[in-house]
Amino acid sequence: MTATEPPSAPSSPPASRHVDRLNPDFVAHAEELISHYPVSARSASLPLLHLWQNEFGFVDDSGIEWIAAKLGLQPVNIYELVTFYPWFRRQAAGKTVIRVCRTLACALAGGYEIKEKFCSAVGLDPHAEHHGFGTAPPTSADGRFSVEFVECLASCGSAPVALVNDDLHERISPSDVAEIVKQYDR
Amino acid sequence: MTAKPFVIPPAHPRERRIIFGNISKPGYDASLETYLANGGYESLRKAMKMEPAAILDAVKASNLRGRGGAGFPCGTKWSFIKRDDGKPHYIVVNGDESEPGTFKDRYVLHYDPHQLIEGLVISAFATNCNLCYIYIRCEFPQAAGIVWNAIKEARAKGFVGKNILGSGFDCDIYVHQGAGAYICGEETSLIESLEGKRPYPRIKPPYFPAVLGLYMKPTIVNNVETICHVKHIIALGAEEYAKMGTPGDGGTRTMCVSGDVMRPGFYELPAGAVTLGELIFEVCGGLKPGRTLKAVIPGGSSAKVLRAGEVFKMKVKGPDGQMIDKEVPLLDVVMDASSLTAAGTMVGSGGVMVMDDTRDMVWALNNLNQFYAHESCGQCTPCREGSLWMSKITTRMLDGGAAPADPKTLKNVADNIAGRTICAFGEACAWPTQSFLDKFPEEFSALATGNSSNGS
Repeated sequence: MTATEPPSAPSSPPASRHVDRLNPDFVAHAEELISHYPVSARSASLPLLHLWQNEFGFVDDSGIEWIAAKLGLQPVNIYELVTFYPWFRRQAAGKTVIRVCRTLACALAGGYEIKEKFCSAVGLDPHAEHHGFGTAPPTSADGRFSVEFVECLASCGSAPVALVNDDLHERISPSDVAEIVKQYDR
Repeated sequence: MTAKPFVIPPAHPRERRIIFGNISKPGYDASLETYLANGGYESLRKAMKMEPAAILDAVKASNLRGRGGAGFPCGTKWSFIKRDDGKPHYIVVNGDESEPGTFKDRYVLHYDPHQLIEGLVISAFATNCNLCYIYIRCEFPQAAGIVWNAIKEARAKGFVGKNILGSGFDCDIYVHQGAGAYICGEETSLIESLEGKRPYPRIKPPYFPAVLGLYMKPTIVNNVETICHVKHIIALGAEEYAKMGTPGDGGTRTMCVSGDVMRPGFYELPAGAVTLGELIFEVCGGLKPGRTLKAVIPGGSSAKVLRAGEVFKMKVKGPDGQMIDKEVPLLDVVMDASSLTAAGTMVGSGGVMVMDDTRDMVWALNNLNQFYAHESCGQCTPCREGSLWMSKITTRMLDGGAAPADPKTLKNVADNIAGRTICAFGEACAWPTQSFLDKFPEEFSALATGNSSNGS
């Protein structure tokens, strides 16, 4: 039945399926999230995808299948979200993800230079292209850092900015970059 | 592992901070305790003693316009909901703030979440809605946690949940996180996203989710700042609130200024209180030393760009109160909805991006074109293909590979997007290209010299 199988995409070998590492707390958390949508469980698709990616680092086939089954959907209903939304990945990214804002206000304030500085600081090619579509952003060989451009982070008054994991760093000057990287390098 | 804390700058004398009133106080934090110590939830108590119809009338009389970009009169939007039609009603707060140049809602969500919750419960009471979602873009991960926590605090004190303040009115609020797509700021896209589907904007009509919205039920979608204003309309009274603004644009407007000014940041000003020149040169401290003004995008990246030195013909109120035709230079344009519309652009979401004489307009447009090419949802062909073509053309112009016909081709592509798509993203991505070409034609023709192999 092809309808239940997500199209082939970068995926993990069966031995390391995320679903085999599910714990009761995760399931309880998922059920709590579903309860926020009393009218339609399908609304919990994005929350469960966030939960999965936060837990396992990316969304593998087993995640797509598990979420679909949990919400009474077909896997394709979840897979089409993973391939649409830029936030979700089908491959692991670095332990720390550095998202530098690319859009106009930050670009006017030197955002492109800041991104290049971050890349150089963690040993990445500053000009490597990243096309998204679920692939991991460029990641350092030791797996500690990923660096990518993202579109407007809504902090144009304190440009240039970068979201490092959950922390927003504002008014970054090129000389701040090494110090920021050091904070997360552990 | 923390970022440097953000310090809210003190208010400029021209400002009147209402939405940012609490946030500006020294030591103010997001807790319920602090909110209550600053008069928090008093407006809710007042509203719960009013007739819901009276709240709706107050919002109408306040002349509050939506602060998300389209500027639709809030009271009119609410009046499409029939309180007693027996159907469930929903309110979805649009906290997907992602229009380049706009950065006001993030501060409310981070630093004063109870203000939003109070405004939301009042709005829900007025429209007979028992279930609300606050949609927050996932690039604000901390905001989502802060708002969640605030909802829990408010629930524990009876401001949210069952039988609010003993009135018999129930209202549940949940946070819903987006996943990095700009299109979700479009209200029907946001609803599709909240329903767990690909966020393709819905075909209109119906034009308003108030007719068919979330789960095909009557739904109000309002911006974070708009909902916060509701609290202040109740607190101040509609008349007092409306007086702050202009006749068609009540209250305060948060101007988010970025780009080449000395003091970028947000400034909460009575609507129509300053001209563009006063905003840039007085409130924001002017341009950097030795620079001159070149261009301004006045209402978020989708608003049409304005060129320094432009003069607009518009109707303004004369000394005797009659409307007269007048030529208004760019710097004298008043920053309110009707004046900016008369100048051929829009106040939009209040994101003012300023560029000085060192900036290359083809480069600036290319930056925006890349944004729109990345963010087009792909549902409508003119937008999906056109946004990418526009981005490719401006990129090759910058790379030295422009064909002589490129400016014309660029205009042709843009002209064939606007008006031919399901949602306003078509206009949003076409307007920058159309206006940059119209206002700065010499910069585009200078690059399209024909010394390339891209045909003609």
